[in-house]
Amino acid sequence: MNRRAIRKLINIVALALSGLATAIGLFFLGAILWTLVHSGLAGMSLRLFTAMTPPPGSSGGLLNAIYGSVVMTVIGILLGGPIGVLAGTYLAEYGRTARISTVIRFVNDVLLSAPSIIVGLFVYELLVVRMGHFSAIAGAVALAILAIPVTVRTTEDMLNLVPQGMKDASTAMGAYHWRTITSVIYPAARSGILTGLLLAIARISGETAPLLFTALNNQFWSSNLAAPMANLPVVIFQFALSPYPNWQQLAWSGALIITASILILNIAARFAVSSLGPGNRN
Amino acid sequence: MNTVAAIEPAHASAQRVRERAFRGATFAAALLVLALLGGVAFSLLYGAGPALAHFKLSFLTREIWNPVTEEFGALAPMYGTLVTSLLALLLAIPVSFGIAIFLTELAPAWLKRPVGVAVELLAAVPSIIYGIWGLFVLAPVLQRHVQPWLIDWLGPLPLIGRLFQGPPYGIGVLTASFVLAIMVIPFISAVMRDVFETVPDVLKESGYGLGATTWEVIWQVVVPYARTGMIGGIMLGLGRALGETMAVTFVIGNAHRIGSSLLAPGTTISASIANEFAEAVGDLYTSSLVALGALLFLITFTVIAAARLMLLRLGRKALSNV
Repeated sequence: MNRRAIRKLINIVALALSGLATAIGLFFLGAILWTLVHSGLAGMSLRLFTAMTPPPGSSGGLLNAIYGSVVMTVIGILLGGPIGVLAGTYLAEYGRTARISTVIRFVNDVLLSAPSIIVGLFVYELLVVRMGHFSAIAGAVALAILAIPVTVRTTEDMLNLVPQGMKDASTAMGAYHWRTITSVIYPAARSGILTGLLLAIARISGETAPLLFTALNNQFWSSNLAAPMANLPVVIFQFALSPYPNWQQLAWSGALIITASILILNIAARFAVSSLGPGNRN
Repeated sequence: MNTVAAIEPAHASAQRVRERAFRGATFAAALLVLALLGGVAFSLLYGAGPALAHFKLSFLTREIWNPVTEEFGALAPMYGTLVTSLLALLLAIPVSFGIAIFLTELAPAWLKRPVGVAVELLAAVPSIIYGIWGLFVLAPVLQRHVQPWLIDWLGPLPLIGRLFQGPPYGIGVLTASFVLAIMVIPFISAVMRDVFETVPDVLKESGYGLGATTWEVIWQVVVPYARTGMIGGIMLGLGRALGETMAVTFVIGNAHRIGSSLLAPGTTISASIANEFAEAVGDLYTSSLVALGALLFLITFTVIAAARLMLLRLGRKALSNV
């Protein structure tokens, strides 16, 4: 074989391998989704959404866990979302070139990829030890802390996309900066900020590790924020590792519910971004 | 057309107050981000205090983990964390590299977006799903089909043979690494793809103009240009793998010992905390687990900070080329 043929062969082999790598990646996505749908649908019934988590051996549903997850996610995003949007506003507007902004951006990026179980330990020391017991509010605070970095990052990126000319026009009308931000920049970046919040909700609604020792779990219905509260991820964790088939079945159904909601949120976020126009990926 | 509003002094000062309040609120929120990191570091060190004071440096060097006699050492979980993460990277890097190349250089335009979105969705799947899937689907497959094969073929080999001996448990260090690899592939390939996209077309076109094949352009033009960013992406994946909790907790077996075989159960820092923290009794036990958390924080913080610094430099480099 001459040199040219060898080079061509290497080229084909390398490119085929990269295609194979992609196929492997897609295969695992397919395998995971298929297992989820297959095993999760087997337990889908109305009872799932109307009955409480059962004691071992008897049948039941996931109502209290779904309720708890929704409550803690909503409180988490209500606490973390505004803080994240305000901090992102500072980075994009007031402190755009300030030296401290460089540090804040960096720390925010580190927090974005920090292990979530660390946040759980932090909130345990901060709230659970002080209050003396596990509580739903501690779980919500842990989720809020996880939501902040995501929101900061997307808010800053989205505000930076607003054309400078619009900001200048507002300033030229004599508007104060806060008025420009709230009346011109926020409306212009609305769908972008919304996307960030959706992604933050998607991120925190599947988090398990930070809830293990903040919200703990609760076999019964509880709407008391100061008490432990059931939530889907921890229920999945406990039920999947149990030896009881009906508990394991509930875990699969819960896993399907969580994954479906998160994927739907992600896809919704994508549509919100694409309505902003081209070139706004991420 | 004489409608210019007279600016009343009272109105102007009200505006100034609001301006200051809004500005202050955004600044306070931004400072809170800094405070969070400081608060996490402080509270972990504070909580770890009793354990560190009691065991001193031996906490880092002892393998024992006995809640009954209250003797704790971090060696086994540290070992498990490092081994599973490095093994996961070993598996994930080639696959991620391939996916990134496929997405930037190979895929036709109509395929690029759906495949890219699919990989990003894989990244959005919560880690507990990987855990439950790993336990019920992957572990039995590995136990029945892969591990016996490894024991038969690699077990008798000198040196590396020790890594593949013992019974095929199904769950264990190898399975955890496998699940971790599947988890970090989307992260690493997404960063690599973004990094590859920063390579200027002119450079690639020069390569093609000299008669290089696609692979030669990738290996000799794209990769050298994107090296820093690629390493940054890999370290970001390492940061994920080190701190990943739920996916590992399901499949590692939670055994506080350092086995020579990769097929044996082990534990990681995060899995130990997740498994034991809520049930830990006694201050020393709890404090030792928090000390494990502090250790994990230190390790991941270093790795992630280094990764972010590398990607930061890349950001400036990319910008200067615009």
